[in-house]
Amino acid sequence: MTSDRVRGLPQSYMAHGSSFADFLAETGLVPSRVTAGEGSIQVPHATTIVALATADGVVMAGDRRATMGNIIAQRDIEKVFPADEHSVVGIAGAAGVAVELVRLFQVELEHYEKIEGLPLSLDGKANRLATLLRGNLGMAMQGLAVVPLFAGFDLDRQRGRIFSYDVTGGRYEERDHHAVGSGSVFARGSLKKLYRGGMTTADAVMASVEALYDAADDDSATGGPDLTRRIFPVIAVAEVDGVRMLADAEVGQVVEQVVAARLTSPDGPQAPLPGRSL
Amino acid sequence: MTVPFYVSPEQIIKDKADYARKGIARGRSVVVLQYDEGILFVAENPSRSLHKVSEIYDRIGFAAVGKYNEFENLRVAGVRLADMRGYAYDRRDVTGRSLANAYAQTLGSIFTETAKPYEVELVVAEVGQSADDDEIYRLTFDGSVADEHGYVAMGGQAEEIASALAASWRSGLTLDEGVRAAVAALGAAAQSPPGPDQLEAAVLERSRPRRTFRRLTVDRLAEILGVPRPLPPAAGVADSPDEPATGDSGDEAEGT
Repeated sequence: MTSDRVRGLPQSYMAHGSSFADFLAETGLVPSRVTAGEGSIQVPHATTIVALATADGVVMAGDRRATMGNIIAQRDIEKVFPADEHSVVGIAGAAGVAVELVRLFQVELEHYEKIEGLPLSLDGKANRLATLLRGNLGMAMQGLAVVPLFAGFDLDRQRGRIFSYDVTGGRYEERDHHAVGSGSVFARGSLKKLYRGGMTTADAVMASVEALYDAADDDSATGGPDLTRRIFPVIAVAEVDGVRMLADAEVGQVVEQVVAARLTSPDGPQAPLPGRSL
Repeated sequence: MTVPFYVSPEQIIKDKADYARKGIARGRSVVVLQYDEGILFVAENPSRSLHKVSEIYDRIGFAAVGKYNEFENLRVAGVRLADMRGYAYDRRDVTGRSLANAYAQTLGSIFTETAKPYEVELVVAEVGQSADDDEIYRLTFDGSVADEHGYVAMGGQAEEIASALAASWRSGLTLDEGVRAAVAALGAAAQSPPGPDQLEAAVLERSRPRRTFRRLTVDRLAEILGVPRPLPPAAGVADSPDEPATGDSGDEAEGT
C-alpha cells in the first residue's frame, strides 16, 4: 500500500519516532534557513541570564533588556521560560532566533512525553537542546548566534542541575552557578562572591537579583531593575514539585530591598578578605 | 488468465464491517463521561504502561478500544497533528473537531481502500470552558463520527454499559460519583466490577491552566471506590496479609 492511497492523516504522521524536530524536518515543514548573504543586519539581542543551584533545586533569572546596536530594542522582553514541568531555559543572543528555539524546544519535550508516555531524563533534555542548537550553527556563523542556559530539577538524582552551551551545540554541565550573555562576566564575578553551597531558594533569588544588578551596572546591554515602570527580572524556580515563575510582586519586594541597600553601598554587599573582618 | 469470483460491493463492505465489529467486541471496554469539573475516562486495562487513554493536547484527550497497534498508530498521528498545528499557529488553534475530522478521514479511507479495516473505535474529547462547551466525538472503524453528550461506552459490552450509564449518569456528577458510575457500568457487563488495579482512569480537568490531562492513580481510584488499596506488584517477596499497607505511594507517577 502506498502512502498516497490512504487519505486523511499522511503516512508520515503514523511513522515511528518521538522527536518533533525530526518530524518537522522529515515533513519538510522547517522554516527555510537563512543562507549566507553579504554584510550584516542589526537584530535585537537578548543579554544576561544567571542560574544558581540551591538546596531544593535551581533558580534562574534574566534581565529584561533587548538591544539593537546602541538602541534599546525592548525594555520588557522575557528571556527565561519554563521548558517543561521540571526544567527552565534562558536565552542570550539574537532574540528572534532564540525565542523560536525555545518554542521548538518546549514542543519537543512535550511531544516526547506524550508519545512515549513519560518525560525525558534531565540529561536527555539537555542533549536535545544541544542538537537543536547545532542546527542553528549556520545562522550563528552569520552573526545570529544563540546561547541558551538550561537548568532543571533532576528527579532521578533529586537535585537541581545547570547546563551551559556554546554556539556549536557543545553542552557543559556547570557546578553551583553560571551566567550567559553580554553581562555574564560581571554577573559571574558577583555570583562567585555571593554564592553559598546549599543556599535557600529565597537567598538564591536575592543573589540572582544582585548579580543582574552588577551586570547592568557595568554592561550597557543589560537592563537594571526599572522601579519607575515596575519592570523586574524574570525569575524561575525549578524544584521537586515543578517549575514556578515568580510573580512580579514577589520579585518587586526583593528588587526594592536590593536597590535600597545599594543606596548606601552602591557596589553591593561586601565580601570579607581572608583573616580580616569587614 | 483466471477470472476472479464476483463479489458484490455490498458483500465486501458487510464482510469488512463484520470483521471489524468482531475484533472490537473481543476487547475490553472504555467509558468516557462528563462530570462537573471536566471529562472522565475509565478503561478496563490491567496494563500500567500500554495505555488506552492518553493526552493529545492541552484540552484534548483520546480513548480507544480494539487492536493496540492500530489505535496506537492513530494516537501518535493525533499527537503529531496537534503539536504541529499548535507550533505552526497557536495553542488555541488546536481543536478536537479538526482532530476528529482527520481521524474520520483516515479511518474512512482505510476502511474502503484497504483489504483489512482497522479494528478500533475511538473517542476524541475536548474539555471546554463550561460543561456546555465540552465536545465528545465517537469514531467507528468505518470513519463515521458521532457527536456525543453526557457519556459514551465503547468495546465488547458497549450496549450493556451504555444502558447502565443511561440509568446512573446525570449532568453535574462529581468526579467521585462519575468514577463510581463508570466502574459500576463496566461491572454491570461482567460478573463483578473491576478492581482499581484493573482500571486505567484519567481526567481532563476544566480549571487547570494549559495541559488539563491528568491520570488518576490506582491509590486514588481505590480511595474513590472505597476498596482496600491493591498491594504493589509482587516484588519477589510474598506480602504477609497482616502487614499494614503503609506509605510508599510515591512510586505511582501521577504526572501528566
